[in-house]
Amino acid sequence: VKGPSVEKCGQMRFITAEAKASAGRLEGKLREKTLTLDTLNPQVKAVEYAVRGPIVIKAGEIERYLEEGGTKPFSEVIKANIGDAHAMGQKPITFLRQVVALCTFPELMDSPSFPEDAKRRARRILQGCGGHSLGSYSASPGVECIRKDIAAYIEQRDEGVPSDWENVYLTTGASDGIMTILRLLVSGKDSSRTGVMIPIPQYPLYSAAISEMDAVQVNYYLDEDNCWALDINELHRSYQAAKQHCQPRVICIINPGNPTGQVQSKKCIEEVLHFAYEENLFVMSDEVYQDNVYAPDCQFHSFKKVLYEMGPEYFNSVELVSFHSTSKGYTGECGFRGGYMEVINMDPEVKAQMVKLLSVRLCPPLAGQAAMDVIVNPPQPEEHTFKQFHQEKSSVLGALAEKAKLTEKILNAVPGIKCNPVQGAMYAFPRIFIPPKAVEEAKALGMQPDMLYCLRLLEETGICVVPGSGFGQKDGTYHFRMTILPSIEKLKVLLGKVRDFHIGFLKEYSGLE
Amino acid sequence: RYLSHVSVVLTMDTMNPNVKRVEYAVRGPIVQRAVQIERELKMGIKKPFTEVIRANIGDCHAMGQKPITFFRQVLALCSYPDLLEDGKFPEDAKSRARRILQACGGGSLGAYSTSQGIEMIRQDIARYIERRDGGITCDPDNIYLSTGASDAIVTMLKLLVSGEGMSRTGVMISIPQYPLYSATLAELGAVQISYYLDEDNCWSLDISELRRALQEAKKHCSPRALCIINPGNPTGQVQSRQCIEGVIRFAAAEKLFLMADEVYQDNVYADGCKFHSFKKVLFEMGLEYSEKVELASFHSTSKCYMGECGFRGGYMEVVNLDPEVKVQLTKLVSVRLCPPVPGQALLDVVVNPPQPDEPSYDTFIKERTDTLATLAEKANMTQEILNQVPGIKCNPVQGAMYTFPRIHLPPKAILEAKEKEQTPDMFYCMKLLEETGICLVPGSGFGQRDGTYHFRMTILPPKEKLKIVLAKIKEFHQHFMAQYS
Repeated sequence: VKGPSVEKCGQMRFITAEAKASAGRLEGKLREKTLTLDTLNPQVKAVEYAVRGPIVIKAGEIERYLEEGGTKPFSEVIKANIGDAHAMGQKPITFLRQVVALCTFPELMDSPSFPEDAKRRARRILQGCGGHSLGSYSASPGVECIRKDIAAYIEQRDEGVPSDWENVYLTTGASDGIMTILRLLVSGKDSSRTGVMIPIPQYPLYSAAISEMDAVQVNYYLDEDNCWALDINELHRSYQAAKQHCQPRVICIINPGNPTGQVQSKKCIEEVLHFAYEENLFVMSDEVYQDNVYAPDCQFHSFKKVLYEMGPEYFNSVELVSFHSTSKGYTGECGFRGGYMEVINMDPEVKAQMVKLLSVRLCPPLAGQAAMDVIVNPPQPEEHTFKQFHQEKSSVLGALAEKAKLTEKILNAVPGIKCNPVQGAMYAFPRIFIPPKAVEEAKALGMQPDMLYCLRLLEETGICVVPGSGFGQKDGTYHFRMTILPSIEKLKVLLGKVRDFHIGFLKEYSGLE
Repeated sequence: RYLSHVSVVLTMDTMNPNVKRVEYAVRGPIVQRAVQIERELKMGIKKPFTEVIRANIGDCHAMGQKPITFFRQVLALCSYPDLLEDGKFPEDAKSRARRILQACGGGSLGAYSTSQGIEMIRQDIARYIERRDGGITCDPDNIYLSTGASDAIVTMLKLLVSGEGMSRTGVMISIPQYPLYSATLAELGAVQISYYLDEDNCWSLDISELRRALQEAKKHCSPRALCIINPGNPTGQVQSRQCIEGVIRFAAAEKLFLMADEVYQDNVYADGCKFHSFKKVLFEMGLEYSEKVELASFHSTSKCYMGECGFRGGYMEVVNLDPEVKVQLTKLVSVRLCPPVPGQALLDVVVNPPQPDEPSYDTFIKERTDTLATLAEKANMTQEILNQVPGIKCNPVQGAMYTFPRIHLPPKAILEAKEKEQTPDMFYCMKLLEETGICLVPGSGFGQRDGTYHFRMTILPPKEKLKIVLAKIKEFHQHFMAQYS
């Protein structure tokens, strides 16, 4: 076996479209092309990203079929696979779009239909741009005044914990920042190869990046019986086991969680930070859902703030990078690819290397940087635009909270489905009971049981969700991830269909007919 | 309490060693010094100049070039669709905006698009390419939108890099080159195979040099790809059609994947020069080539007459890509979800500009013509003025946005540079920066023949400023020569 082993938590490589394509390959056929599966970067082949993977490809095929007039037991495909709020009908925040429009076409500064608050912000952003245009490259870490605004926002959010704007780097979505940091961290060979600790279940950007970079994936299981909480003993277990075959260097946490939606308690975060401190781990905290907290007994605690409150010995030494994005929260601006990371306690020489890496890609998209600026610099109570802004924000977050609750309730009423509370984020990750007969059939077909389930769900109802195997789960358990983003009416219909399907599925495979 | 914390996790020793090998001069040490000097000026520190002139990077708007009005109108309409009710926006802009929004999830620029890019936009791009290439078919499914051209270039290189030792992928790149290529190859641990452009022949590509480089490389790696930038960066040469045919024949014979970086395709200034797309030439060479040669062509919104660098818009067209590899490519780009949708929208308007019968046409044509004409004028002026300086020899700036003159440095200067542990042209450029505030990039950042020195300067500052910049360079150079001879 070439290279370090990769823990895959019992995941089988499921048959994907790749298999379909390679079905046409003839053994021993003389390869004519330069770039083939054989000469392709093997690390790319190892990459999997279920959120846009085989089931979504299948959903796309069905959509096209419907478009061309084909008939199915449903009239539309419902894409509940991806955290794309606007695609599911959520409206953009007016103020944010006004600022972006003003930045894009500054002639609008003369228009009476734009509020002064928006114009002021747009002017400030443009002043920070080369030639006062969104079309200029910015400095590679981002526009300076935006970095400063972000630092001010972080300080306010964290109740005064100091934030240095020079530690803030804008990115092309949070994914970009996450990949940049992982690229820095991956080194060594064989037993000294970088191990990256990731939660199971996780957002598969992490496993994909680990595959691509040929790092070692080190799984730590979240506790499903305890609302997907992080268990420090499990961290220890995972770390000790990993040390046998790699060098664990980094721990990744997603809080609020994706796909699980749990909001970690302050105590839990402290334990993780202490663990990282003790075991010399670089901490990556993915906090893109920080504004999506619904459960009344839950609160978002930023890793940075908790670290600060643990005292100078921790705050001055633990290497921590926190990530945020314009894609989630209450703005849902996925398409703008806005994001930032705050880098704490990074070795200055390594930081210089990081800046160098960022410079090769020049800069993150300016429209996304502008969107991020509005998020960290929203209308204040004393401003005219506050009322509408606050109303829109509350409306979006209120709807999400309602849908989170509704989803959990309806799914838990289905025999054979158990759904943990959706404390935050945008997804439900219910556990589904799959009868042994169905498990067998899936295995015979060479696919994961929950993939079989989801494919059947898609074919029978048009609902596209992502099988739990795409995120990772304990052996022998099955889940799916669905978003809570469709409109409340549509969501009710959707959940009803899922319930009906599940009951039917259980009946079909329990042999009780 | 027992505190066991020992050391920093991420250090120069534990970090990814490939990252350490990466260099990107366009935003490298000289630019960092320029930024520092700007800060010093702001703080009131006296210098022999009042401003830093950033002639290091191909950023048009930063140097005063104006955006194309129509493009920004459409983007504003897409960003804030309430404006569709605003009488001040022309109907042709509105119809394009409506069409784009209809193709977006939830009618919003804020939705993710499919990872390959919005299908309607890919169709529009395919039609644009067909028009550009005299009718040669373009399949929208072969178009991948990207976050600037750089993104797609890196993606393709990622796919191409495999093997170990003797079978490690080798990638042929021009010397001089745009250092995204060398940086990416360093990070991926691929083998860089340098082929030298012919400075004495207007930086043209010499097939015998390609052959030399390839033969040499075969001894220690597995050459798999050939990258070419046309029009060239930093050199500005526009390759002749014969040359392009020669490259294609060579790639076909040696089974090399061709990567054609064509982001400057609208920036052609010299009489007698014409942009020929690699795709068009490939197909005009007949089935023997058009059915076999694997090609990826790249374009961007950052250059040409748009100069919309900040929007990070771009695309690549892949030709003859193995279907299984294509599946892998689609999978790889899906992890990053999608390119920025405003950049995609911008690309759509670029390939779908106002037509003669539309209200915005006249303004659009005027703006585009003026911008390109100004660039052509500045290209000419730059070459002329620099060639008047003894010790500077500047090839014609046939296209793109840069001049890459050869500078003759006296041995004394070279010695002093070595003592300072700087490449001689870095030494020269640093001095230029400190004495005049003009920021250029040393030729060593792009690659050059041993013992030759160059710098890359953009032709982007406004004409009057450019004249001043060139005059200062002339003055500096003469002074430098005098000082070190």
